[in-house]
Amino acid sequence: MTTEYTKLDTATKSLTLIQAINEGMETVLEQDPSTLILGEDVGKNGGVFRATDGLQEKFGEDRVIDTPLSESGIIGTSVGLAVNGFKPIAEIQFMGFIYPAYDQIMTHVSRIRMRTMGRYSVPMVIRAPFGAGVRAPEIHSDSAESLFTHMPGIKVVCPATPVDAKGLLIAAVNDPDPVLYMEPMHSYRAFREEVPVESYTVEIGKGKIRKEGEDVTLITWGAMVPIVEKVARQADAKGISCEVIDLRTLYPIDQEIISESVQKTGRAVIIHEAPGTGGLGNDVVSIINDTSFLYLKAPTERVTGFDVPVPFFSLEKHYLPTPERIFKSIEKVTNF
Amino acid sequence: MIESYPLRQIIDDEGNLIDSNNRDLINRELVQKAYFNMYRIRTFDKKAKSLQRQGRIGTYPPFEGQEAAQVGSALALGENDWIFPTYRDHGAMLTYGADMTRTFLYWNGRMEGCVPPEGKHIFPAAVPIATQLLHAVGASWAEKRKGTNAIAIAYFGDGATSEGDFHEGLNFASVFQTPTIFFNQNNGYAISVPFERQTNSKTIAQKGVAYDIPSVRVDGNDFFAVYFEMQKAVKRARTGGGPSLIEAVTWRTGAHTTADDPTKYRPEGLGEDVVDPLVRLERFMKNAEYWDEAFITTTHVEVEEEVEAAVKAMEDYPAPRVEDLFDYVFAELPEQLKKQKASYLQLLGGQ
Repeated sequence: MTTEYTKLDTATKSLTLIQAINEGMETVLEQDPSTLILGEDVGKNGGVFRATDGLQEKFGEDRVIDTPLSESGIIGTSVGLAVNGFKPIAEIQFMGFIYPAYDQIMTHVSRIRMRTMGRYSVPMVIRAPFGAGVRAPEIHSDSAESLFTHMPGIKVVCPATPVDAKGLLIAAVNDPDPVLYMEPMHSYRAFREEVPVESYTVEIGKGKIRKEGEDVTLITWGAMVPIVEKVARQADAKGISCEVIDLRTLYPIDQEIISESVQKTGRAVIIHEAPGTGGLGNDVVSIINDTSFLYLKAPTERVTGFDVPVPFFSLEKHYLPTPERIFKSIEKVTNF
Repeated sequence: MIESYPLRQIIDDEGNLIDSNNRDLINRELVQKAYFNMYRIRTFDKKAKSLQRQGRIGTYPPFEGQEAAQVGSALALGENDWIFPTYRDHGAMLTYGADMTRTFLYWNGRMEGCVPPEGKHIFPAAVPIATQLLHAVGASWAEKRKGTNAIAIAYFGDGATSEGDFHEGLNFASVFQTPTIFFNQNNGYAISVPFERQTNSKTIAQKGVAYDIPSVRVDGNDFFAVYFEMQKAVKRARTGGGPSLIEAVTWRTGAHTTADDPTKYRPEGLGEDVVDPLVRLERFMKNAEYWDEAFITTTHVEVEEEVEAAVKAMEDYPAPRVEDLFDYVFAELPEQLKKQKASYLQLLGGQ
């Protein structure tokens, strides 16, 4: 039985985000014999980040499968497996390497249900670590969510905490449609949380208020969540009460949590790692515009990555939204 | 390299059996099945071109000239197998059991055209090039995992062998020894680019060597050669022997689609010496005493009636529902799609 997290009253374990992802996968492999893990180095090596650590040992080479180094191959064969009764959890080693598979995701994964009027569907989870801030080599730090939120037919989730990581993973596997599951690399081992031992889900399509406040709504996701929470506490200390929304699902986005909060505070700052132009923050601005325009006391601010390729790591701290930039925007909307 | 992959043939251009030892492989039932299906898809193809010219369907990619390859391959499959075709393989799809009305509907811009009959594993035609090879590997891998003896076939053209997914597909199939048949129709041209410019390899079959996949080069206009080579590959796949690559050398008689003019890119006279596969089969039937006027007449009448009935059913088909635009993107409509749908339907209703 898998219950909603909110209804749980159960034993817990202190886990990091990556341990929670591992537990989520272990849970679904146990629950559902049709689930498979496919990816590069996911088997013997347990994943380059150890996300699948111990799973091949426990479930065998037949279910935790080391594939050739071939992203389009992993996703393309997952389409065939999914259409024929299996539930692949496909790992793309880094989101910056998902591009060879983009064709498969754009032209097949996201469209098969519609093209066949529901006759065929491809329930699968595509896991991809993303984001900067860990001094990784080139291309290992991309945040490509808007390439997928713009793609009709696939859901996009992005847990920021260990509890959400496990619950969203299980929800993604249970979902009848394909789900891109983005893992904030920077938060993999950054902190621990008490995570329920039993199986539970976190509903796809629902954001979460991480911190309540009255004056400004801060909207973010992924590895930015703990950073924004910290800035919010500092702003509180300076007399600006900030509410922090962790979107958790990037498609379909939780419009209500945004509009309710912005209608209360009248001010919003959106923070994300990806470049601002074409970024998901613009969709959040549109939601605010559509739902809450007359409640606004100031134009909505965005603090995002610059419109440049994610730089070599010697410059990444300047690329990522810094607490200073976030705080400046909080002040700007407050003093408008 | 080309010497290692001689073109396998059973009958020659004049319709004569090349090796009389093969006589016993062929019987009346097989000959008539071949003729019926090749004539049937030829008639469909001609009708589709004519409908396009009259503006009654959209752009259409004819497969004329490739009937022996498509029918020969599809007839060698079993009930529970999977086929992963391209947009030029509706002949194979029809032979394997796709509905003709729905096939016309597909070319008339209708999603209904992608829905196979219940219980038939016919994937919708791949429009991107070579992507479907991986799907066939995945679906046949699933069959292997389930312990069945069902297999999957991927259809693709010569141009597809330049795509990464061709190589990724063959590699995965070889590594995991999936029961997959990679069925190539080398029809000489990928839109306007000739085979010689597509690859410097002399054959497509030789590309199997790199992946340790058994491969053959077969005369794709010789129904029997295609059918018997397919049978070998099917048997290999069903009995745990893994994937096969078949290069069926054929010729696209017409344009890439009804939207282009091959005289622009094909030298005059090229392909004129290619004997039409249906003519070749007819010659064989006459030479080998399989010609039966009554059967031929019945076939023509039956097929023409079927095609006309399918066209009528396509044209009488209920108009698409606007709701269909929204309803199949996800199993359950997300909130924002519900809103978009409701607001658009309200706008339409208000007119």
